[in-house]
Amino acid sequence: MSTAAPHALADATASDSTLRRFLHGLPGVDPVGLEARAASLGTRSIKTTAKAYAIDLAISMVDLTTLEGADTPGKVRSLGAKAVLPDPTDRTTPATAAVCVYPDMVPAAKAAVAGSTVKVASVATAFPAGRAPLAVKLADVREAVTAGADEIDMVIDRGAFLAGNYLKVHDEIIAVKEACGTAARLKVIFETGELSTYDNIRRASWLGMLAGADFIKTSTGKVAVNATPANTLLMLEAVRDFRAQTGVQVGVKPAGGIRTTKDAIKFLVLVNETVGEDWLDNHWFRFGASSLLNDLLMQRQKLATGRYSGPDYVTVD
Amino acid sequence: MASAFDYAPAPESRAIVDIAPSYGLFIDGEFTEAADGKVFKTVSPASEEVLSEIARAGEADVDRAVKAARKAFGKWSALPGAERAKYLFRIARIVQERSRELAVLETLDNGKPIKETRDADLPLVAAHFFYYAGWADKLDHAGFGANPRPLGVAGQVIPWNFPLLMLAWKIAPALATGNTVVLKPAETTPLSALFFADICRQAGLPKGVVNILPGYGDTGAALVGHPDVNKVAFTGSTAVGKEIAKTVAGTRKKLTLELGGKGANIVFDDAPIDQAVEGIVNGIFFNQGQVCCAGSRLLVQESIQDELLDSLKRRLATLRLGDPLDKNTDIGAINSEEQLTRITALVERGESEGAERWSPACELPSAGYWFAPTLFTNVTQAHTIARDEIFGPVLSVLTFRTPDEAVAKANNTQYGLSAGIWTEKGSRILAVANKLRAGVVWSNTFNKFDPTSPFGGYKESGFGREGGRHGLEAYLDVR
Repeated sequence: MSTAAPHALADATASDSTLRRFLHGLPGVDPVGLEARAASLGTRSIKTTAKAYAIDLAISMVDLTTLEGADTPGKVRSLGAKAVLPDPTDRTTPATAAVCVYPDMVPAAKAAVAGSTVKVASVATAFPAGRAPLAVKLADVREAVTAGADEIDMVIDRGAFLAGNYLKVHDEIIAVKEACGTAARLKVIFETGELSTYDNIRRASWLGMLAGADFIKTSTGKVAVNATPANTLLMLEAVRDFRAQTGVQVGVKPAGGIRTTKDAIKFLVLVNETVGEDWLDNHWFRFGASSLLNDLLMQRQKLATGRYSGPDYVTVD
Repeated sequence: MASAFDYAPAPESRAIVDIAPSYGLFIDGEFTEAADGKVFKTVSPASEEVLSEIARAGEADVDRAVKAARKAFGKWSALPGAERAKYLFRIARIVQERSRELAVLETLDNGKPIKETRDADLPLVAAHFFYYAGWADKLDHAGFGANPRPLGVAGQVIPWNFPLLMLAWKIAPALATGNTVVLKPAETTPLSALFFADICRQAGLPKGVVNILPGYGDTGAALVGHPDVNKVAFTGSTAVGKEIAKTVAGTRKKLTLELGGKGANIVFDDAPIDQAVEGIVNGIFFNQGQVCCAGSRLLVQESIQDELLDSLKRRLATLRLGDPLDKNTDIGAINSEEQLTRITALVERGESEGAERWSPACELPSAGYWFAPTLFTNVTQAHTIARDEIFGPVLSVLTFRTPDEAVAKANNTQYGLSAGIWTEKGSRILAVANKLRAGVVWSNTFNKFDPTSPFGGYKESGFGREGGRHGLEAYLDVR
């Protein structure tokens, strides 16, 4: 069988039982302590210059997302335009990191952001349930990559994970990574709300990284509980420990439910105080959010003008 | 921490608190000068700025205050419990209403970060008054027999590390049970107790029920030795505690002592490492380590020593030391120059005895009393820094190989106030906790306080319990 695990951890993925032993041998997570730490970092007071810096950083980390059945090329085009130039009234506003669309919308998205730094990400692998045969998932990925996607957001098979079938999940990620080739970076979505325990989230994080994920991502945004400060803190600790052991750096993307500037800044504080500035750019940290950007823009306008303008001073999409 | 994301200063405004240039003693509901006119100054440890001039109580003042408390005792103890509860509830609510003002005041006078006074001290102060207000009309059902009686006048001496919280721990149960109080705050932190005197007036508390006498050790000695005091409660150093025990011995005074500690924080190899690191940090750097139940001895299982120490050092490097009024400050100033000298001396002793000293890169402000967070490795049971209470941000790291060894080392101390256990294995928590000779044993957490749980020590950490139902006993005649 193939393995993507760095040399130091190659033994872990040798078989189903070694993988199981490795994942269950990771340090446990005390939920009370984890949530208390996330909450205490949430009380940091970020204002003036630090706030201005954080807002621009957050904007540059947004994966501007539209994942609706009703998506049209026109809607994607307008999203792309907004990603490139989020605030036409202030051209110093940074572009977002990427636009995130379904695979069939990749060509439209590609055209919309052409010539800019904005990447096109696509949710492949039968998003959001992931309940399709592997061949279908891989075809989904190849279509998106061929159409020019720079990044693939895949969902793991939560059923297999919860059944303890870790090697199946691992091998599936490897197969998807191969389908991405060198053209696209791979973000692996765990759907943390369905994994339910923090211990599972830590195991999933390591599993994803052992299989070669470029990014680990909390959620699809399609379930009740998505990104939280606590599960993001936990994943940041995982990428930090993984780099310490293997030298390989992996990105983190909380997604779903992050709607306000205040929330986004709390996540940036988590990054700053857990993994530090090595992760403080959009190559290593992203926000999967659609409504966050407008709040960031309004707060940015408020900092610049001293007045709060309101929702009609930013574009709807 | 070197980062592109530098937090701009976020100082809490001082304007909310109005500190007068001088304060008197609070006796019989009035502020008065000391009989001999003596005063002392209280300074802000973070800047050495003089905050106010405080009347210093002498023997005559102690006598006057005890007489006032004795006079008030008759009516106060005769009130139905539900009536006393009303006053306590009122005090609790006023504390909540004025909590921002009191948090800023406490931070100025004590040097601890506003984050702690705002998020820990003040909520706990209010919670203690609320909790004991609830007991005031239920004393018959507290398990101390039918109709337990108050003791009389309580002489209370409190330390400078949690000035207002220690006041609440002492005054709330005393009043709930029908006693009256003469309290001496520490000489370096008298302000919040004097503001509390104002709260008593605001709450309409009858005159003489609470009296506040700022002063030095001699004031405390006069109070403890006063023949008309029925109950002595002291929180502070073991050395002073021993003196008090000698003074009180042979009298009919009832005594509780809450003294020093050298808490063991035991981390087993199956611990939740990231949370254990947080718990270690919280255990020893909370209030700059000036906590009697601080987890100042880290006992780590040898097999995870390197991993844990790496994590701990990385975490320590993110601690933010500086202006205590800044909301982002984690580590504030040491309370006094005297305390700083004591910490410095013990740390030098640790180095000279062969332990390895480590601190993160950390710039100390030029004015005020500061000490960088410090870690000692290669510490053995025989080292002074593993035995003596340092009462500062200094952690001694020791190792063990088996649970039995961990318990033996944890208990091998003259103190016994607190301990912590970190393991994911529930059966181990129960087994180890039962063997530890400490008043509080935390598992997978540290320095968590709650008015409902009793607190107190074994051995030289003192006797008697504060907080919870047990805390009532110290103020009731339960013979």
